[in-house]
Amino acid sequence: MDIHEYQAKEILARFGVPVPRGGLAYSPEQAGYRARELGGNAWVVKAQIHSGGRGAAGGVKLCRDEHEVSAFAATLFGKQLVTKQTDANGKGVYRLWVEAASDIAREMYLGFVLDRKSERIMIVASAHGGMEIEDLAETDPDSLRRMTIDPAVGLSEFQARELAFQLGLKGGQIAQMVTILKACYRAYRDLDAVMVEINPLVITGTGDLVALDAKMSFDTNALFRRPQVAELRDRSQEDPRESTAGDHGLSYVGLTGDIGCIINGAGLAMATMDMIKLAGGEPANFLDIGGGASPERVVKAFQTVLADRNVGVVLVNIFAGINRCDWVAEGVVQAYRQLGLTLPVVVRLAGTNVEEGKRIIETSGLPLISADTLAEAAAKAVTAKAA
Amino acid sequence: MAILITEHTKVIVQGMSGRIGAFHAADMIKHGTNVVGGVTPGRGGETHLDRPLFNTVREAVEATGAEASLVFVPPPFAADAIMEAADAGIKTAVCVTDGIPSQDMMKVKRFLKRYPEERKMRLVGPNCAGIISPGKGFMGIMPPHIYMPGRIGIVGRSGTLGYEAASQMKALGIGVSTSVGIGGDPINGSSFKDILQLFEADPETDAIMMIGEIGGPQEAEAAAYARDHMTKPVVAYIAGLSAPKGRKMGHAGAIISAFGESAQEKVEILEAAGITVAPNPSAMGETMARVLGKRQAA
Repeated sequence: MDIHEYQAKEILARFGVPVPRGGLAYSPEQAGYRARELGGNAWVVKAQIHSGGRGAAGGVKLCRDEHEVSAFAATLFGKQLVTKQTDANGKGVYRLWVEAASDIAREMYLGFVLDRKSERIMIVASAHGGMEIEDLAETDPDSLRRMTIDPAVGLSEFQARELAFQLGLKGGQIAQMVTILKACYRAYRDLDAVMVEINPLVITGTGDLVALDAKMSFDTNALFRRPQVAELRDRSQEDPRESTAGDHGLSYVGLTGDIGCIINGAGLAMATMDMIKLAGGEPANFLDIGGGASPERVVKAFQTVLADRNVGVVLVNIFAGINRCDWVAEGVVQAYRQLGLTLPVVVRLAGTNVEEGKRIIETSGLPLISADTLAEAAAKAVTAKAA
Repeated sequence: MAILITEHTKVIVQGMSGRIGAFHAADMIKHGTNVVGGVTPGRGGETHLDRPLFNTVREAVEATGAEASLVFVPPPFAADAIMEAADAGIKTAVCVTDGIPSQDMMKVKRFLKRYPEERKMRLVGPNCAGIISPGKGFMGIMPPHIYMPGRIGIVGRSGTLGYEAASQMKALGIGVSTSVGIGGDPINGSSFKDILQLFEADPETDAIMMIGEIGGPQEAEAAAYARDHMTKPVVAYIAGLSAPKGRKMGHAGAIISAFGESAQEKVEILEAAGITVAPNPSAMGETMARVLGKRQAA
């Protein structure tokens, strides 16, 4: 689960990371007011959306007076900001962060991620910051410093110092960096984060370290014990189809094709999408109905898939272990009748209670297209779409 | 022999009196698995499915000599249940639970390392379908009738895609020695490489079907191991050729977030290591048949 920059800064500040002074605004007037409140003569106005690349997309601006702040804010509110990380629809801007401008002498990169190889939290840092880590890894891989943290011991001071020296920091900056590293680690660990990123971490004109931008992402599996994190969820930043699907216990990812997919199991769902592609079609979505799916959940799955107007055919592929083919078949029949479907539906059933499931499909009197194998199902779906 | 489970393996189920635990434990017993008891804290002394219930895994191990445990405990408590099994001397634990926090798994992996090699527990999963040696026994949630006993090992992240592979092979008359689901989480107990190692040493396994997916470094690690240390052929399939970068595809671990984690890149890495990769998910069975045929002819 992602949160906004200002929320990440508030959290990290609480753990001891220095951040610039700033304030949140929900309207252009409030943005201007925030600038006056902060004082000074330069402010950075930043669109709060769940995406990187905001600067290049025109979502960040350095303003020199209060009117410029509110004027720029007025152009942002309600806008769908498209960055190179969002899809073509972009993300809606409903909150702005107004910050006292910082005097930047140098930019660095600092990230904490879950390293799947060592199965530990890993620090990734670079003496050069400001650009995306992927670009940094490509253009300047030698500048990247990596360090893993033993979960039983936590981040040691010596590790933090070592990293600070590697980044070329000096004097009082060493102690500041140690404080920042330990604070980020504690925030990551105590709040079940999966990613903490400060990019750029800057050295100001007076030689102090400040987190100019911050990003945090959290483990959704741990939200049950992190209510203070769970409440930071912002549904305006999510694909509404995916949020609604999630509310019904379905795992859904919207794509750009026209063959709607209803599958059980993430691996089989991906494999079915691959098969559709190989058969010459394009999947409209990834959808895993999960285990023990009731007929009602199958109906919800149909509603979710059909909310995408591009969908011209639905492919149901179930290999039931913990699921039951008869329940799924009943769900397909119910969905077809209740939703008044007219588009072609291809159904492939295998596994637990398959005979009963097939009988329900065949005796339903509905124009459902049956398939026995994965390849046959994909081929029939592509043909039905073309027809 | 098969690997990890035979008809002789004494199995307990942690969470056996729960609705889902009871359903699958009953199915395991019906198919010949040697289930010797269950663990539900607070219900020690009762019986369930004609098997004794214990308050702790330690009591269960002492009373029954159990060597394996199937963990059906909800996500908030699953990590603790796994560590309890390890501490009680269980040799193999299979955890089906989906949704365990990553940091809990980090802790579990660190905890398992504290034991000396000879009494270190092997964990399979979490978020997996389990393990089955067809005709002998199983621990998990798979439909046992789709597997035909035989001499091919299956290891995969996805449960249902593993079923797909087993049924494609069955249709061609190719049976399975053991099928192992290692689960879809970013941090899991056993890796592809760990299971390949067991199959390589198993006299009842002739070849291995490995089913990977996008995300993580484990397929690449397995490819290097197969190239350098294996004599048995490995056939592979990688799911997610059409998965977009940076999107989580159902499994917590199925996300392309680094170089070498896309399906295309993994296929290249596997092929470079001499592994035969099935061109599509419907051709897993026939690709295995072709590799076995070549081997026989040679």
